Amino acid sequence: MKNLVLMIVLVLSIALGCGNKTEKGSAENLSEPQDYALVQTNKNEDVKFPVYDFEEFEPLLHKDDGKTYIINFWATWCKPCIVELPYFERINAEQKDNNVEVLLVSLDMPNMWKSRLEPFVEKKGMKSKVVILDDPKQNEWIPKVSEEWGGGIPATLIYNKEKRNFYEKGFTYEELNQELDKFLN
Amino acid sequence: MFGLFVLVLSLGAFTVSSNLDVDGYGIGDVATDFSLKNIDGNMVSLSDFKEAKGYLVIFTCNTCPYSVAYEDRINALDAKYKPQGIPVIAINPNNPAAKPGDSFEKMKARAAEKNFSFPYLFDKGQTIYPQYGATRTPHVFLLEKTDRGNMVKYIGAIDDNYRDASQVEEKFVENAVDALLAGKEIKTKTTKAIGCGIR
Repeated sequence: MKNLVLMIVLVLSIALGCGNKTEKGSAENLSEPQDYALVQTNKNEDVKFPVYDFEEFEPLLHKDDGKTYIINFWATWCKPCIVELPYFERINAEQKDNNVEVLLVSLDMPNMWKSRLEPFVEKKGMKSKVVILDDPKQNEWIPKVSEEWGGGIPATLIYNKEKRNFYEKGFTYEELNQELDKFLN
Repeated sequence: MFGLFVLVLSLGAFTVSSNLDVDGYGIGDVATDFSLKNIDGNMVSLSDFKEAKGYLVIFTCNTCPYSVAYEDRINALDAKYKPQGIPVIAINPNNPAAKPGDSFEKMKARAAEKNFSFPYLFDKGQTIYPQYGATRTPHVFLLEKTDRGNMVKYIGAIDDNYRDASQVEEKFVENAVDALLAGKEIKTKTTKAIGCGIR
């Protein structure tokens, strides 16, 4: 009888173990509590991009060095974000000499950093600076980025010394250029 | 007025069908009832729940990482509050043409996999979510059944930590429902969260 129970426990744990593996393998499934331990160790591995909580990130929203900053909030799972990324890349390349800098802020979750974010940035050959904002207290920090922000992405903040605008929307290349022009003149 | 402006902006972010009611609901508004198809094939309306004191209408889906992160917690909300008269009613607002992973068949599969204890309805033609003003998944609307209709009492996130249920410090929805059931003022009536845009 005891043996039978042991068997069942054994079989069950094997079955569960397999289940977990498939879960971790699939990019869309995440944040099971048991995944979190894994996520934490991931964090200490050298992810290619800086990982900030909001407190560490906030100074990047308030630089006072004469540059115009385009801060784009995105994630690899956000389709409209992916669609507009090439426009930000193009602007970054074209406007470099105009004292403009694009910063791409990834909101990907920790278990996507290695599996999705890094390969994505590499594959697309992205040149703009990428940082990861990893702070679950979203209700606290979203309004600090902009009171206007409901939490949807794509979202973009453009600012310099004189001016600051927030956009909870996707951009075309032309629209982005138009908005940027308002900051450069 | 400011809120309206924000909403217009945020709705602009998503490719959605035309003729939107861009207003969406605010706290104190009366929310529309609906008749949407459940994964079991039956049509479900709020008015079907005769004994309910209110509803947790949650716009969610299969494909959004944030929705997936909250699946177990949505099950737990239903387990806790359905017996107290506030059942969870989940609605998938996405258009499967834009997000194939959110098709009706895939909804059935996911609900079975995760043992959803609540109705999981399909917003066919995307007519309901714009009226509510849902902009992302998951997006919660707590409604209270009153003589005037189903009044919106809370709009926002489930809690303050999408990543780890054990690290949650503020259970926004539970606090709101507990206050509603106790006949007390809900302290935090709206919250913000990153979510997946509705498509």
